[in-house]
Amino acid sequence: MDTYIFYGIAMVFLTISFRKDKGKTRIALKKAWKSFENLLPQLFSVLLIVGLMLSVMNADVISKIIGGDSGLVGVAIAAVVGAITLIPPYVAFPTAAMLLQNGAGYMQIGTFVSALMMVGIATMPVEIKYFGKKMTILRNVCAFIFSFFVGFIIKLVVG
Amino acid sequence: MLNLLKKFAKRYRLFLITAVVVGFVSLINVEVGKQTLNISVFQLKQMLLIVPPIFVLLGLLDVWIPRETMVKYMGEGSGLKGILLSFIIAAAAAGPLYGAFPVAAVFMKKGIKFTNLLIFIGTWSTMKIPTLLFEASSLGVKFTLTRFILNIPGIILIAFALAKLIPKNEVEEIYQNAEKLEL
Repeated sequence: MDTYIFYGIAMVFLTISFRKDKGKTRIALKKAWKSFENLLPQLFSVLLIVGLMLSVMNADVISKIIGGDSGLVGVAIAAVVGAITLIPPYVAFPTAAMLLQNGAGYMQIGTFVSALMMVGIATMPVEIKYFGKKMTILRNVCAFIFSFFVGFIIKLVVG
Repeated sequence: MLNLLKKFAKRYRLFLITAVVVGFVSLINVEVGKQTLNISVFQLKQMLLIVPPIFVLLGLLDVWIPRETMVKYMGEGSGLKGILLSFIIAAAAAGPLYGAFPVAAVFMKKGIKFTNLLIFIGTWSTMKIPTLLFEASSLGVKFTLTRFILNIPGIILIAFALAKLIPKNEVEEIYQNAEKLEL
C-alpha cells in the first residue's frame, strides 16, 4: 500500500520536473539509474546471503533459542541473531509476535527487533562501500549495544 | 572482451563468492539450496517493487536542490532545524536500509552535517512510519511506542558519539568518497 504512495509522489515530482526542464529531468533519471546500478553488485550478494539465512533460520529455530526462560544468554543470542539476519518487516514483526506467543520473553524480543532493524551485518558490504569500514563497524557496534538497552526497557514497560 | 569479463568479475566478486557458497550448501542439502534461491528471488522482486521511486526521487533531489539550500537547512549551523528535518525525511521514507545509503551519498554531496547524516541513517533504520504502523499491529502499541520514544534520544546519542569517535579528517574522507561514487 505505502509503496504506491511513493510511486505517486515520484510521479508527481517527475511530471513537475519534466514540465519545467526536460534536460534536467533526463539527467535526474540518468543519475537515478546510475546510483541504482551502482548498488547492484553488493545488493545481489546481500539478497543471496539473506536467502541462505532465512532458509536456515525459520521461526521454529529462532523460538527454540530465544525462549522465555533463556535469560541473559537468550538476550545475547537474540541480539546476535537480530544483528546477523536481515528480515523484511512484513516477515519480522509477525515472526516476533509469534515468538512472544510461543513463550519468548519481552526482553529477548525487544532486543531482537531493535538489533534486527538497526544492526545490519548482512548489508555491511553495501554500507562499507558508502561510508568506509570504520564508520560502518562503529555504527553497527553502537546500535548493537543500544539494542540491549531497548530490550531491557521494553521488558520493564511492556513485560 | 577479456577486459570486460575481468571488470565484471571484480565488481561482482562478493556475489560470485556467495554464489559459490550457496552452491556448496546445495550440494550438502538440496532443500536449503532450493529455498535459498526461492527466498532470494522473492526478495529481489520485493526490492524491485519498492526501490524505483526512491531512486527517482534522489535523482530529482540531486538535480533540483542546490547545495546552498541543503547546507542552509541540514548543513553546519542548521541546528535543531537540521536535526528535525533529518528525522522527518527518514521517517517518511520507505524501503530497506540499503536504500538509505545512496540517498545519504547525495546528502553528503550536498553538504549535510555529519551528525544529521547519522540521524538520518539511524531513523531510516528503525523509525520509518510505514514500518511503525506494521510493528504496532503485530506487537502492540505499547511495545512500538516504547521503542519509538527510546529511539529518539538513542539515535541522537549514537550520532553524536560517532561524530566524536571518528576524527574530522576521516569524516572528510567519507564525504570525498561519496563525491566519487557515480551518481
